Amino acid sequence: MLNRFRFALMAAVAPLALTIPAAQAATPTQTLVMAMDFADLITFDPGESYEISGQEFGANIYDRLVRYEAEDLDKLVGGVAESWSIASDNKTYTFKLRPNLKFANGDPVTADDLAWSMQRVVLLDKTPAFLFTQLGWNKENVKSLITAPDPHTLTFKIVEDTAPSLVLNLMSTYAASAVDKKVAMSHEKDGDLGNAWLKTNSAASGAYNLISWKADEAVTLEANPGYRLASQHIKRVVIRHVPEPATQSLLLGKGDIDIARGLSPDQLASLGENKDIRIESFPGGDNYYLGLNTSEEHLKNPKVRQAMKMLVDYDGMVKTFLKDRFFVQQTFLPIGFLGAIPYNPWKFDVAKAKALLAEAGYANGFELELITPNASPWTDIAQSVQQTMGQGGIKLKLVQVEQKQMLQAMRARKFQMVQNSWAPDYKDPHSNADTFAHNDDDSDTPKIKPLAWRTHWLQPELTKETMAASREPDTAKRVKEYEDLQKKVTDDGPFILMFQDKYQVAMRSNVKGFKLGIFADFNYYRTVSK
Amino acid sequence: MTAAAEAAHTSDGWARRFAGPIRLASRLLLSVGLTFLGLTCVTFFIGRVIPIDPVLAIVGDKASLETYNRVRIEIGLDQPIPVQYWRYLMKVLHGDFGISVITAHPVLEDLLRVFPATIELSIFSLIIGVILGIPLGVVAATHRGRWQDQVIRFVSLLGYSMPVFWLGLVGLLLFYAKLGWVEGPGRLDVAFDDIVPTVTGLITIDSLISGDDDVFWNAVSHLILPSSILGYLSLAYVARMTRSFMLGQLKQEYILATLAKGLSPFRVVWVHALGNVWVPLVTVIALTFGSLLEGAVLTETVFAWPGLGLYLKNSLFNADLSAVLGGTMVVGVCYIALNMLSDVIYPLVDPRARERR
Repeated sequence: MLNRFRFALMAAVAPLALTIPAAQAATPTQTLVMAMDFADLITFDPGESYEISGQEFGANIYDRLVRYEAEDLDKLVGGVAESWSIASDNKTYTFKLRPNLKFANGDPVTADDLAWSMQRVVLLDKTPAFLFTQLGWNKENVKSLITAPDPHTLTFKIVEDTAPSLVLNLMSTYAASAVDKKVAMSHEKDGDLGNAWLKTNSAASGAYNLISWKADEAVTLEANPGYRLASQHIKRVVIRHVPEPATQSLLLGKGDIDIARGLSPDQLASLGENKDIRIESFPGGDNYYLGLNTSEEHLKNPKVRQAMKMLVDYDGMVKTFLKDRFFVQQTFLPIGFLGAIPYNPWKFDVAKAKALLAEAGYANGFELELITPNASPWTDIAQSVQQTMGQGGIKLKLVQVEQKQMLQAMRARKFQMVQNSWAPDYKDPHSNADTFAHNDDDSDTPKIKPLAWRTHWLQPELTKETMAASREPDTAKRVKEYEDLQKKVTDDGPFILMFQDKYQVAMRSNVKGFKLGIFADFNYYRTVSK
Repeated sequence: MTAAAEAAHTSDGWARRFAGPIRLASRLLLSVGLTFLGLTCVTFFIGRVIPIDPVLAIVGDKASLETYNRVRIEIGLDQPIPVQYWRYLMKVLHGDFGISVITAHPVLEDLLRVFPATIELSIFSLIIGVILGIPLGVVAATHRGRWQDQVIRFVSLLGYSMPVFWLGLVGLLLFYAKLGWVEGPGRLDVAFDDIVPTVTGLITIDSLISGDDDVFWNAVSHLILPSSILGYLSLAYVARMTRSFMLGQLKQEYILATLAKGLSPFRVVWVHALGNVWVPLVTVIALTFGSLLEGAVLTETVFAWPGLGLYLKNSLFNADLSAVLGGTMVVGVCYIALNMLSDVIYPLVDPRARERR
């Protein structure tokens, strides 16, 4: 409502804007100024950070064991590690570190720093801890399992059988960042392993140093001259917190910022006519889906779920109001992931859907409540779905809530139908399989709450297959297993998988080399120049 | 009078002299204490019933159940709500407002950072609102029903009814993006950031202290648009109230009497009549300032102004209770302080109030 109102107001003043010549400004050439909404940022500590903006900034501050570098985001290469080897039992991993690496303060980067950094993720037991504990590490064993036999060698042993490709992908996450042990421990308080200090400071060896973080205002980074890769063109990066998209748009038009990261489609369209501004689009890694709670009587019936999958106008939406922002992807893996397939069997087909509903005994349809986040594009998608489901006789009542509130309803399994998106945790198919196809304990107190659990979709067999795929050492076989899993979930699962997102970014035309990856921590600033 | 009687008289005098202020101070302390208690109580319980899980705001959706439960206990949510409230109250009384979840800083430190931004904006806005609002109100009253009155009433009505959000955007579009007369959103240009050492937190004052003219003018240029827009809203209120107070005065017989005595109409209006409306006007101005200090969430959002409004909004959306409570208390303190201030100012503008004391 507010958005539409705002749009109407902006439209009302637009003619005014055209009549007056614009004044121009520009940012300094070695400074990159970017506007985005980073209200989610709560910490920079690699042992704690799990927010989208924190991951992005952190990726530019900390170097990590292995990583997907900006030059080729599909290829896993050494970060702090120069090379690695895996023992024949697939349990012992040995990494040789690059020689002469230094932290920003001049301290050498040693295997001991890395072993400690990784141990502390488990010891701190904050949100990212689950990335490592799935390898069988816990507070008791982690110190003996991750070791540094010499300053240039890091060795770790895993407890659970895990596919090597998955282990390496976990070692490419922000949690596997190299933190300067000496500096962090000098700020330790009450045994927090430096956590309180590292929330707002950095002790890192990445491309940039954290200079300041003023909440609700700006994050400032400065190039680290000792960084191991070619020197950064941009010496200073200022990320301004500008929550209002219309303000971002004005700042960009005026040249007071170089990049705007949160513009709405109508703003992008109007900026597209400005020759000083370029708009680029990058595939994202989020899956947008509708979740169906199978504890509801009618939603238990697979035929009803299939009928509902035919009552969504996937192509219609991406051709109209979701144009350039989404594409149809009906499996739980985003394109770009190992094993992801462009498998889109569901098409909008009212007649077929009605027939299936009649077969299931619901010829007259039924009513459902759809909980949806109260912002665009969620609300737009929900309205389209409400309209098309209505054609098949399913009457949806839309309940619009704050996203955090919706999350709580999902975690408590108190919903009939819900709209949400899923962002993978790391670039491995297990990250998504483990939530969409994992539920062997449907009790109210499970150890974890995967999406299959939240929808009451008890699948012991599928869970076994998911876990087997996570252990498969042969990557070709692994790929095949994920293809099967995706098809099963798409065909029968309680998820109407709809779209994969795209990020649209508007930048001044003199900005070069800025790319967004499928993950926030694939967004590199060091390749940018002006 | 004997020495003893004299002493008794003196001590009696002292007691009488101090009884008033002591009673005043204790009444003040009581009202401040009760206001605080009410404020913390209402905010705390509202914070506990909103359907947003503060633990999820910290750990995110993907943490394991162990992590979730540990954090829940860490922030004390496993305790009954009255116990949580009692603990919170005890901490506050010891000067500990807690740590903000979203900024990882102590709430007090955050408030000391964001509140000066709001104060600076509010003071500029108030100055604009008062300097223009009062004369406009007076003119409207003296020209009641004529075109001047109509124009001024229309302008005030516009300020009253126009969404500040829209005004902000249009202002930015026109004066910043197109004409380039003022600087854009934010408190300073990126190039001027972190140059001036923070003393008061008010960049205009700090830059004057360190003698950096460039920073001062840049800050003023950033301030002028948002404060004009907030100032316009204050102006609308101040002008309307001034007009109605003045109309009340102009009907009084003393006006006729002074005019009959041959005083110039200018003096009658601007000195005698206006002099008598200062008392209610002081309250209006204090209330206006109070509402400005609450932090104008929409204005601060449009202008990316890192003030109290933006901070409170962010904290609310993230169920960051310590921050919300801290912010609410700052607003509460402001209102109490402003009320006290207007009590102090009354005798200055109203001789009757002086005599009553």
